[in-house]
Amino acid sequence: MKLKLHVWRQNGPGNEGRFEDYVAENVSEHMSFLEMLDVVNEQLIARGDEPIAFDHDCREGICGSCGFMINGEPHGPLPSTTVCQLHMRNYRDGDELWIEPWRATAFPVIRDLIVDRSPLDRIVQAGGYISVRTGSAPEANNIAVPKANADLAMDAAECIACGACVAACPNASAMLFTGAKVTHLGALPQGQPERYTRVVEMVTMHDDEGFGHCTNHGACQTACPKNIKVDYIGRLNADLRKAKFRHPAG
Amino acid sequence: MRRVFSLWDSTVGKKIMMATTGVILIGFVVGHMIGNLKVYQGADAFNHYAEGLRTVGEPFFGSGQLLWIIRIVLLAAVGIHILAAVQLVMRSRKARAIGYRKYEGDMVFSYASRTMTWGGLIILGFVVYHLMHLTFGNAHPDFVHGNAYHNFVTGFQSWPVSIAYILTMIPLGFHLYHGFWSMLQTFGATNPKMNHVRRPIAAALAGVVVLGNISFPVAVLAGLVGY
Amino acid sequence: MELNSRIPAGPVDEKWSRHRFEMKLVNPANKRKHKVIVVGSGLAGAAASATMAELGYDVDCFCFQDSPRRAHSIAAQGGINAAKNYQADGDSVQRLFYDTVKGGDFRAREANVHRLAEISLNIIDQCVAQGVPFAREYGGNLANRSFGGAQVSRTFYARGQTGQQLLLGAYQALEKEVRSGKVRMHTRHEMLDLVLIDGRARGIVTRDLMNGAIESWAADAVVLATGGYSNVFFLSTNAKGCNVTAIWRAHRRGAGFANPCFTQIHPTCIPPSGDYQSKLTLMSESLRNDGRIWVPVKQGDTRPPKDIPEAERDYYLERHYPSFGNLAPRDIASRRAKEAVDEGRGVGPSGVGVYLDFRDSIGRLGRDVIAERYGNLFDMYANITGENPYEVPMRIYPAPHYTMGGLWVDYNLMSTVPGLHVAGEANFSDHGANRLGASALMQGLADGYFILPLTIGDYIARMKPDDVDTSHPAFADVEREVREQAERLLSINGSRTVNDFHRELGALMWEYCGMARSEEGLRTALRKIPELREQFWRDVRVPGGAATLNQSLEHAGRVADFLEFAELMCYDALDRDESCGGHFRVEHETAEGEARRDDERFAHASVWEFTGVGNTPKKHREELTFESVQLAQRSYK
Repeated sequence: MKLKLHVWRQNGPGNEGRFEDYVAENVSEHMSFLEMLDVVNEQLIARGDEPIAFDHDCREGICGSCGFMINGEPHGPLPSTTVCQLHMRNYRDGDELWIEPWRATAFPVIRDLIVDRSPLDRIVQAGGYISVRTGSAPEANNIAVPKANADLAMDAAECIACGACVAACPNASAMLFTGAKVTHLGALPQGQPERYTRVVEMVTMHDDEGFGHCTNHGACQTACPKNIKVDYIGRLNADLRKAKFRHPAG
Repeated sequence: MRRVFSLWDSTVGKKIMMATTGVILIGFVVGHMIGNLKVYQGADAFNHYAEGLRTVGEPFFGSGQLLWIIRIVLLAAVGIHILAAVQLVMRSRKARAIGYRKYEGDMVFSYASRTMTWGGLIILGFVVYHLMHLTFGNAHPDFVHGNAYHNFVTGFQSWPVSIAYILTMIPLGFHLYHGFWSMLQTFGATNPKMNHVRRPIAAALAGVVVLGNISFPVAVLAGLVGY
Repeated sequence: MELNSRIPAGPVDEKWSRHRFEMKLVNPANKRKHKVIVVGSGLAGAAASATMAELGYDVDCFCFQDSPRRAHSIAAQGGINAAKNYQADGDSVQRLFYDTVKGGDFRAREANVHRLAEISLNIIDQCVAQGVPFAREYGGNLANRSFGGAQVSRTFYARGQTGQQLLLGAYQALEKEVRSGKVRMHTRHEMLDLVLIDGRARGIVTRDLMNGAIESWAADAVVLATGGYSNVFFLSTNAKGCNVTAIWRAHRRGAGFANPCFTQIHPTCIPPSGDYQSKLTLMSESLRNDGRIWVPVKQGDTRPPKDIPEAERDYYLERHYPSFGNLAPRDIASRRAKEAVDEGRGVGPSGVGVYLDFRDSIGRLGRDVIAERYGNLFDMYANITGENPYEVPMRIYPAPHYTMGGLWVDYNLMSTVPGLHVAGEANFSDHGANRLGASALMQGLADGYFILPLTIGDYIARMKPDDVDTSHPAFADVEREVREQAERLLSINGSRTVNDFHRELGALMWEYCGMARSEEGLRTALRKIPELREQFWRDVRVPGGAATLNQSLEHAGRVADFLEFAELMCYDALDRDESCGGHFRVEHETAEGEARRDDERFAHASVWEFTGVGNTPKKHREELTFESVQLAQRSYK
């Protein structure tokens, strides 16, 4: 099949960007979306142009490197799928695709479709961990964890930090990402001692990084390739309230 | 109190303030609608109710004192609700300074969720008019102080006023629906067993308020309420 | 090159505790004055960085991804072994030790493997305390499963994402230290060379991938935790960015490279579908519990699978291995699949693949049970291939997955270059000639959390203090070389893309140094690789500039190193004139087609010394002695 692509090209963080038009020919339905771009890039290099830069690594949907908007949807149209796992059989001959980077002030464009997602690392630095000195841990089965809590923690911990939630949110909020980590660690007995300082620190960092607030649209949940739920934002909200009133620090 | 003020430091805290003031305002809207149902019991009952609002709290409070306290609380709630909303919206604009060429986000939002800002502005405008119309009377062509029933009936006998009133109830309904659901989310009421009833409860609340309120101009225009 | 393995004296189960006592300590007040560089932020690198920072060292950690959480450890699915014996099914440190030595086909160092088995206990404690959401039983205790043909249930898991959860645990510990200022994290930085001063590793030179800046970093010790080199085959289950550059550059600077030909080919991957294929996707090995593997009896049989009658199907694993059947070990299952395809009995559009058929188990257990067990895997398969595996048998084919070879290290995980330590898949490690399922995560974390932070202290405590920093002329020299290489790559402006060369190298390596290797094939490869390398340096086209984000330039540097490394791999495969584990030489098979080891001549690790590009490398040996384990032939009949 043959596709018409409009791809955002931008040389560097400070530069002006623009859409460039390309035609992808002989696209096989078995290709992944990134393989389709690989083929376009090979052709660009052959004719002396610079290839389209995009982040990618594992290409099996777990590392969280890849992701951009396709026709206004993060990671494209398929639910629970990263763009590296999106295959071209989901498109028809002659389709026209607008390919854009995640847009958020907190995620400046580095080049083409690559954005700087380091704010997500800094939110984790603010408190997204359980402090335990290596080698000082007690015997693992000393603390039983109810299966329901372990399952909830695992559901929330599946987040891959791709940034699709921020990209989808009309407020460019990273609350789904932050809520997932707060929920993961807060669901486990090991996470209790730091639970309330964690949520305050992480929310403060989230705001300082320039993300917007949550208005409960649920666009993030729809865009998330790992089925992270907006309920976790509710849990974060509850933890923040308790942090302020029931367990204030200092 | 320091803790309450410290909520203002974060987006989540501001949302908690919005949710708290939202609860107060929902309480008012519901109470206002229920109180107004007395109009169906006739002029005396309705005027008695209106007068009762002034004398409530007696003899502990003097006439109109408790009403003013409630008004101040409501005014403060409206102020905080709006201030937080304005700050958050400004922040949200800044959070995505450069927009998308194509954005399908709108497709997944509910109509209610994406009209919160516009809905809020319409409601604000309406409330100002509504106060001038039926409380202070300066926007009422035939206002009689102390005769709430008269003001009510003559006010709604005007077709344009009634239609505007009915139309405004639609954004109010959406605002209540998404606002109530958001309030549950902001307070973290996410008990998995209750999750499936959160939206129906929000819809029921919004529906009852809207239908109750719309019934008033309709009843006046239909002649069910009158002299 | 001197190989001193520094294995402590004493019985195998006392060596590690004795060694811990004998190691020198750094005064706590002095630790902050000592700098350590860690390259790589996967399980080994993140765990080592976090722990060393906790101990008080001043750590610089580097990764080429945009976040340390993206390292390829994140993609490990199955689980992590530990000899906890929570199932009371007869497991013990001794048994895990024995299974690992035997599984590695007796080509690993006993002392290291025993230490690994001991530390496996601490790893689980550590990870649980960090909040890793391992699977639990209803009683709240940790759940286990049996994995990779082990006869005890010792594998801990977090759904199909154990690697992800373990890495996030290490990543979070790392980010905590970043916040405290004890680790400086350098993301989107690629190590391009190692800097030696007076024969010791004293720093690295990196390229900032955002703006192309070439920078020097000095330290008292350097740790490479940069993963494996499966991408020498171009198509593998590794992430696209995985590369050999860091360890290859260290090898060029004097670090011995051990057993480069020991690579693991995973039997259950989705076959390539066309020449645009960029990577291969692993399907969990657990599918072999209920799926039956077969190919048509007749060559070139293109009928749809449902039209092939039972009598014309060859369930070849069940035929060859009546007792293990479809659960035969990874290397055997892979080799048999290749054999069937080579005979012209392969299936699918390309003829490269075998069927993994669930028809019988769906018939026996019902579709619901199968969906419950493998639903997400079936969905993934359907998404990638567009075929419904409930109706049509899956097609699978082996793919390169893990590399047991790597830089040679002593018991302290230090390479032949003093101060250069190597951890995780990057070292030649504890897996011998074949790695058992759920052992890679165990080794990465053992190295990172529990071994390196102590052995580095011993190294530093023995060092004489000096004030080497990046102003030393050695850094300027290496920086110049790195810049020259980039400029050279950009100036060729030939006719073929980097990807094109990488693909050709991969095809060549897969053909001649893949699942089955022969003297003739390896000699062919050794002739062709230098030709391809020469062509690369004459005809590659790398667009763009040096002072900007340039993914083609990044890839070009990595492929340039693969083109040198591939030759070493073939030399080693040619030299190792036996079959063992993942290394199968067609000249050495038993009458039944199994690998035949030659313990007389090859019970050693082959350690190669660099002698210049295009020159025959020089071989050294570390003899392996087995005191606690009896050498035996593996049998899965």
